[in-house]
Amino acid sequence: MIQERAGLDRIIERWHGESTALLQILREAQEIDGWLPPATVTYLAQALDLPRARVEGVAGFYSFLHLQPAGRYRVLFSDNITDRMAGNLELLEMFCTSLWLERGKGSEDGLVLADTTSCTGMCDQGPAVLVNGWAIPRMTAARVEQIVELIRAGAPVEQWPAELFHIEDNIHRRDILLGSTLEAGAAIRAALSRTLPDSTIPAAQQGALATLEAIKESNLRGRGGAGFLTGLKWEACRNAAGHTHYVVCNADEGEPGTFKDRVLLNSHADLVLEGMTVCAHVVGAQQGYIYLRGEYRHLLAPLQEVLARRRAAGLLGTGICGQAGFDFDIEIHLGAGAYVCGEESALIESLEGKRGVPRNRPPYPVTHGYLQQPTVVNNVETFCAAALIALHGDAWYRGIGTARSAGSKILSVSGDCARPGIYEYPFGVTVEQVLEDCGAKRTQAVQISGPSGVCIDSAEFGRRIAFEDLPTAGAFMVFDEARDIFDVALNFTHFFAHESCGFCTPCRVGTTLLCNVIDKIDRGKGSQHDINQVFRLSRLLQASSHCGLGHTACNPLLDSIKRFRPTYERRLESLEYEPAFDLDGALERARAMTGRDDAGAHLGVTDEQ
Amino acid sequence: MNSDAKPATFLLDGEEVPFGEGQTVIQAALAAGHYIPHLCYHPEFKPHGSCKVCTVEVNGRTTAACTTPVHAGMEVANQTAMLNRERQTLVQMLFIEGNHFCPSCEKSGNCLLQAVAYDLQIMSSELDHLFPNRPVDASHPDILLDFNRCILCELCVRASREIDGKNVFALSGRGITKHLIVNAESRRLADTDIAVTDKAMEVCPVGVILRKRVGFNVPIGDRRFDERPVSAQALEDAPRHPAARNEGPTT
Repeated sequence: MIQERAGLDRIIERWHGESTALLQILREAQEIDGWLPPATVTYLAQALDLPRARVEGVAGFYSFLHLQPAGRYRVLFSDNITDRMAGNLELLEMFCTSLWLERGKGSEDGLVLADTTSCTGMCDQGPAVLVNGWAIPRMTAARVEQIVELIRAGAPVEQWPAELFHIEDNIHRRDILLGSTLEAGAAIRAALSRTLPDSTIPAAQQGALATLEAIKESNLRGRGGAGFLTGLKWEACRNAAGHTHYVVCNADEGEPGTFKDRVLLNSHADLVLEGMTVCAHVVGAQQGYIYLRGEYRHLLAPLQEVLARRRAAGLLGTGICGQAGFDFDIEIHLGAGAYVCGEESALIESLEGKRGVPRNRPPYPVTHGYLQQPTVVNNVETFCAAALIALHGDAWYRGIGTARSAGSKILSVSGDCARPGIYEYPFGVTVEQVLEDCGAKRTQAVQISGPSGVCIDSAEFGRRIAFEDLPTAGAFMVFDEARDIFDVALNFTHFFAHESCGFCTPCRVGTTLLCNVIDKIDRGKGSQHDINQVFRLSRLLQASSHCGLGHTACNPLLDSIKRFRPTYERRLESLEYEPAFDLDGALERARAMTGRDDAGAHLGVTDEQ
Repeated sequence: MNSDAKPATFLLDGEEVPFGEGQTVIQAALAAGHYIPHLCYHPEFKPHGSCKVCTVEVNGRTTAACTTPVHAGMEVANQTAMLNRERQTLVQMLFIEGNHFCPSCEKSGNCLLQAVAYDLQIMSSELDHLFPNRPVDASHPDILLDFNRCILCELCVRASREIDGKNVFALSGRGITKHLIVNAESRRLADTDIAVTDKAMEVCPVGVILRKRVGFNVPIGDRRFDERPVSAQALEDAPRHPAARNEGPTT
């Protein structure tokens, strides 16, 4: 215990005893025992001067933190539909059988825990697993055997063969972002030297205001999916009263089927950081954060190296690019397995070391964000685009894409195609074109923008990737004619239930009820009543959920019922559910005896009709 | 501003209702005696909008009445068939999510969940029960915690933190596994610093936090919602002056 406490003290010290770093401290504390024993939680609470229940509550929120013994090796199989199509469940079963495990339960000797986890962002090279948080792609039966042997031998994960952890970029089409060869600092210097025609503005403010103008004029819209105008966001933050302004990069790329931010952070980190620094200059921020999803832990050390290199080059720290007063630095926080933290206000809560529950809005993060101060939260790809706009100007950017969707979009292509991976196109590209480029054949459906997006069938492949037609955060999952779209809806529906934060009643209970309905249909016990139940729950979730997760949780079911109805009808016990027992008919004798036949003597018609 | 000016108003189901600076829709409505069904809202705490039972339509868009600030001229629809149908489902969700057996519950008649359900004319749970396994905590000599009835409104969490300054309660877990926890390594209420005089003891709208040995001092039939339906008691839940905060019912 004394040794453990010394370890905990070092972790707390590294995070300066800040309660805002609670999630980071819990992540690192878990490394000691593989879980968070009650004494550890108590010790951390005391050291951070937090109520113990709050620390336990935070630990209990995140999938990757364990309050029960979890095992020296925690092996989580990514469970996106693309992993399933590649046979992840069979590999998981093989793994469990080899080690005499029950899925979801730690082994009795405290050695291994095997389970599934939400999409880990390796869809182009799945099925993937996370071992103690480290990603291993391209799982095969041979790799399962190899991992089993390593675990039996008790080899620490750090000593496992490096090739297991090798992750490919798989870039197949480059446009302005992926094709850029930006020299580090070029976009910042361009932003600093921008000028406005109005010469009455003090020189010190010219660069920031002119850059803001360029971002606004470029019509750049957020790439996380919602598509809010980036220039307006930056302007609102810049103008918001507050003693400190913050810039946050949302690298919590949790939407199943999306993995473009992983590639940007791996191979274009300078572009991302450049965009954040330009933003800091515009809004007057001195501190930035990258909220990196826990699944991308392998990117932490490389990113920290890039940060160090940029500090050494005067591109971060004090007096950036020699400009007195331009001080800005960036810290990286890791997530711990919570999709909802991709929602910007939940992300901020998590960044403050709390449960990742979306806030009530208004107020919005631009005025009351991190620590209630004005905060810009932008997607990784948005910052990249902003850096390029600072460098090349708004007219150049507007010239790319469509009239209403300027610039390019990076798609994460996975599923049934010859060349899964990363494709960057100017906005306006048709689904058909993407399918052709990635080598998809006999395509039945494409899931655009992940489970919260839309599932389209072949009649709609002429539609375009653009805010005005098919807006997307980047996921592009291809399903060929051999696939059953019901399985897709089943997988996504369970995803939402697993990731619901549980704050509001409709989403917390509703997503579970949706699972129960689709599981019932899956068992061959469904009826028209169950389909009606989906519509009823969908209306409720859309009308009353607290955030986008609840609003979109029904989409996979609704889309697939609408476009692929036969897959449901095949499964339904009866299309128009009629119970064998006729309750009203059973009252006929009673009616005859009492001589009544009015409405009150009949059972009411249900409101389903 | 002209002191003779009429107070600012908004429209609630077509009726002009006055409101004060900084009030949310539910606060203004209740203060004027208009009932909007609600569970997690409490007049002495900052609204946090989790139960969603108070969902109303504001200028055509649905939103929680407890967290939506009022603006002059705002048009709010509250008593519509569609909203009440949705509220019914939300309340049914809370029933099937936990284990609620009203006939054997000592909170019956004083329970807000039960009262709102009666008021919304809920006749059955309709949805399939989840039957969660939630052990009770009877460790404390004077207090019983029956988690089976928890609707996760967080009122005890808020009361303990904001008024008692103790943080006896918190939430852990996520999604459907979200649950109430207590502030002790043993996870037993007896090992916390809760006191029967705490505000957290009196805010539970359902029968989770109970004082032992007093459950039936007031007979069923003579309880708060036995006399009048909750919808006839809007003013009871109207915003109170902060000074009135600690004047809870004396027992």
